[in-house]
Amino acid sequence: MTNKKIANGLGLLLGIFLVSGQALAFEGDAKRGRAVAATCTACHQADGSGMNIPGGESWPRLAGLDADYLAKQLHDFKAGRRQNATMAPFAKMLDDQQIADVAAYYSQMPVTPAQGGDVDAELLARGEQLALHGDWDKYIVPCKSCHGPGNQGAGSTFPGIASQHAGYIENQLRAWQADKRSNDPQNLMGAIAKRMSDEDIRAVSAWLASQTVTSKK
Amino acid sequence: MKRNKKTLAVAGAALAAGVSLAAFADPLPPAVDTLVKMGFPAPKEGELVHVPPTMADLEAANIHPKLKAVIRRGHDLFTNTQQLRGKNVFNDMNCSSCHLGEGRMPFSGPVWPAAVTLPDYRDKNGHVNNLEERIADCFAYSMNGTPPEYGSDDMLALSAYHQWLAKGVPMYPDQPIYGRGFPAPQRPASLSYANGEALYMEKCAICHGKDGSGLYQGGKYVFPPPWGDGSNNWGAGIVRTHTMAGFIKNNMPLGQPLSLSDQEAWDIAYYITQQERPQDPRYKGSVDEVLEKFGPTFHKFSSYGKVREVDGHRLGDHANWGEKGEKIKPWNVGRPRFKDLEVEQ
Repeated sequence: MTNKKIANGLGLLLGIFLVSGQALAFEGDAKRGRAVAATCTACHQADGSGMNIPGGESWPRLAGLDADYLAKQLHDFKAGRRQNATMAPFAKMLDDQQIADVAAYYSQMPVTPAQGGDVDAELLARGEQLALHGDWDKYIVPCKSCHGPGNQGAGSTFPGIASQHAGYIENQLRAWQADKRSNDPQNLMGAIAKRMSDEDIRAVSAWLASQTVTSKK
Repeated sequence: MKRNKKTLAVAGAALAAGVSLAAFADPLPPAVDTLVKMGFPAPKEGELVHVPPTMADLEAANIHPKLKAVIRRGHDLFTNTQQLRGKNVFNDMNCSSCHLGEGRMPFSGPVWPAAVTLPDYRDKNGHVNNLEERIADCFAYSMNGTPPEYGSDDMLALSAYHQWLAKGVPMYPDQPIYGRGFPAPQRPASLSYANGEALYMEKCAICHGKDGSGLYQGGKYVFPPPWGDGSNNWGAGIVRTHTMAGFIKNNMPLGQPLSLSDQEAWDIAYYITQQERPQDPRYKGSVDEVLEKFGPTFHKFSSYGKVREVDGHRLGDHANWGEKGEKIKPWNVGRPRFKDLEVEQ
């Protein structure tokens, strides 16, 4: 009986704000996106599972991420708002329609398991603490307060991070700490990342990677 | 009541879980140090500084396992109050929507002071309230619902959680409490609805929605609605512009407290508190009657009954009770106490 509102319109509206005016006017077609994705599979794999590469540049799991979130990231890579030497040339090969299509394609894949969650219990417990309750004494708010129930994503702004590779999450948090990534709205992630210790980052990355996402959000 | 500050400070420092300092002490507890480094005011000489125990402290505490379970239940109700939806809660809020950090955070309406300063007289209902009655008020107004019964399991669990957070603080402290409530920044000379609206769209809407309806994902709570049917009703403390301004300034955007100027915080508060929300449960058919009875103690600080300049709409002039409808009336509202008790002035 509780009439809960589902975020759908919100993400689109935000997307229009964040990306340039036109970009998200393109409706993604997953079938066409499959062809576009041929370029992506070398790293992100055919099932969108990506790869955890400890000590290297891990390739994120794309399967099951929100389509508008993915599209925004591609636009940001293309425009240099998100800087990544590996991704920039690939993103630049895509036009707006292809971005929408490939984003739709990956968004419809089932979430795959992540690697890098195999750490000791103490580190996992710290990670769980940060992900679900935060550490307010350091003003680290819980991940789930933005990334949503089960950290499986909220709207198109806050991506699902449960069952994401630990190596990728670690790299991103470090990039935010070092001001090498700043394409989050209003510095929402950057502000938090800067309050995290190295151990906090390893802990939360490992715990999120250890989470199983059984069904699509 | 006289207190030896030094004694209190020592007693506080000896606590395993939770730290209370009656007098200013150096170094600051890490949790307070974090805030001060972020720009929050440092505790003033003589202020009561208390860092409430965490849930980890609870697990480690040497208390009866059944008490632990009850406090845990209280924490669960506090942070996921939506589990009482349709029973006691008829909007999209949790206690922790406004009381950030699980009710522990200074400048975010920390809830433990209620456990050590009540029973006390409250202007809002004109009598002496205890902790349960104070919590019941939140259900009637902020949750647009009706409270769990006094002495019920849920009420006991919530009160136990409040009292646990106050662990080690003396009852009826004489000192002012550091970070109590939602301290409002200096009110600017003038407030701008238009500027507040523009700022809201720019800085708040990404989470709380352009229409103020918040965000639910897969039917589950993510971000609370600042107005509308899913929000607190017109009787909640945060409809007062200064309270909303204090909440925003000290807590929003999430993770970036004090990032807005005083003017920005007030303008956004002015905008949000001039949007519609469910009726004040004290309303019996006339906005003017509510204003007459509760204006002097409450609504003189809110926009209730005011005519919104942009469209001429009179705020609160409706019989929309939100999801709880007309039939559910919070049983605690208007319930008197000690009617025949003589008071010596």
